[in-house]
Amino acid sequence: MALKGNLADFSTTQILNLINLARKTGTLRVYEPVVTNETITDGAGNKRPKIVPGTERASASFREGKLILATMGIQDGHLANVLQKAGKLNTEQARIIRERGAKYSDKALALMLINANYVNQTDIVRSIQQHTVDIVYDMMAWAKEPFIFQENELPPADRITVPIDLKNVIIEGTRRIKEIKPLEDELPNLDMALKFPDSPSEKFRGIHLSVEEWRVVSFINPKNSIRQIAKSCNMTDTEIRRVVYGLLQAGLVELLKPPHLQPQPVGAPGAYAGPPRPQVTVKRSVVERLIARIKET
Amino acid sequence: MPIQTVKMVVTGPFNAGKTEFIRSISEIDVVTTDEGISPTSAEFGTKETTTVAMDFGRITVDDDLVLYLFGTPGQRRFDFMWEILAEGMLGFVVMVDSSKPETFREAKSILETFRAYAPTPYVVAANKQDHPEAWAAEDLRIALRIDDDIKLLPCVATDKESVKNVLLELLYSILEEMEET
Repeated sequence: MALKGNLADFSTTQILNLINLARKTGTLRVYEPVVTNETITDGAGNKRPKIVPGTERASASFREGKLILATMGIQDGHLANVLQKAGKLNTEQARIIRERGAKYSDKALALMLINANYVNQTDIVRSIQQHTVDIVYDMMAWAKEPFIFQENELPPADRITVPIDLKNVIIEGTRRIKEIKPLEDELPNLDMALKFPDSPSEKFRGIHLSVEEWRVVSFINPKNSIRQIAKSCNMTDTEIRRVVYGLLQAGLVELLKPPHLQPQPVGAPGAYAGPPRPQVTVKRSVVERLIARIKET
Repeated sequence: MPIQTVKMVVTGPFNAGKTEFIRSISEIDVVTTDEGISPTSAEFGTKETTTVAMDFGRITVDDDLVLYLFGTPGQRRFDFMWEILAEGMLGFVVMVDSSKPETFREAKSILETFRAYAPTPYVVAANKQDHPEAWAAEDLRIALRIDDDIKLLPCVATDKESVKNVLLELLYSILEEMEET
């Protein structure tokens, strides 16, 4: 099954969040946007040009919710190039390896390079890891490209894949987002509060947050609005949006209604009763009769 | 004996399938307040008419009990009708076109708007599941950030059994809420 869409409607960050939470396996392909003369209508009834996929711009593969490989359409993902970019091979070494190693798979070539003491296994793993996340960070900055996520499609078996936790990729990619509008679209109301999800210690394990992000995390409490947290951390609206957006997309926090609209425990000493809820004027028996009627329809 | 009426609202973005949903289950021809879409309009080519005020369907239970289904207009320019239609509702259904990610953001916005109108139970119907490009219901749950305790149901609004299932699940949620209060 494939998920199709446009990054204008569902951003790379949101796709990564979906893949991470649903522990999906498959390949995400992002294409050059080709604007057509046709139009489509969004959910609010607004018209806009229909954009269809052009040539493939980049792809990223995932196994059980982890990023394992990415390739940029215009770049050669040859292992020699990846190692050269990481500074593990010089230009001449890379050229020779490309020429002589053209007939070998990445895995076979890596073994030969290790045996020849050009590089070690750690060099290869880290270089591929960096190459992969750099491509995904680029993808996270794109805003109008068509995409297709094809479930269960994986890279060829002879490619070297390195599993990378998506939560850190999402956090780091969000730090690099320069556009403010997507952040405002996703987080329009700073009067919302935040809470931790179930088993937060498990979710935060292995996460690399900056000092500012940890400060925000330290204020997370259903009683504190995002605006109050920003004030306490001396952050602008854009700064707090960027941090909270990253935490949300990485599944580290969840949004809550504004503190004054959250239900209070009934009868708790000093508790605010909240706005009066409309009385339920329908009896249980009425609902049961409705159920019976619809069942027989 | 006075007739008791119960009201449920079917809402969602433009072209999510609200009118079809009501049409599939209503015992009367759905009373629609559609207007034709002009060739210069944004929606031309998507469908020929659009709901401007509301759709109205009915299910009679007995001489003394009737269920009314109200479908909201999907376009933002008619959103002044939403709050009026939401008044006194027992629960609501949020329809989402599973095959159109360009409508997901609006669906989420409408859902939040209706939650703010009234704290009544609701379900989300992942409509057009028969479309080859439909997103799976569980993917939609993550995409729309729907809490696990809210029912998100696969739906084909033209299929009566599917519509019945959505309405029944909403009624079960209403019963559960009654038990809690």
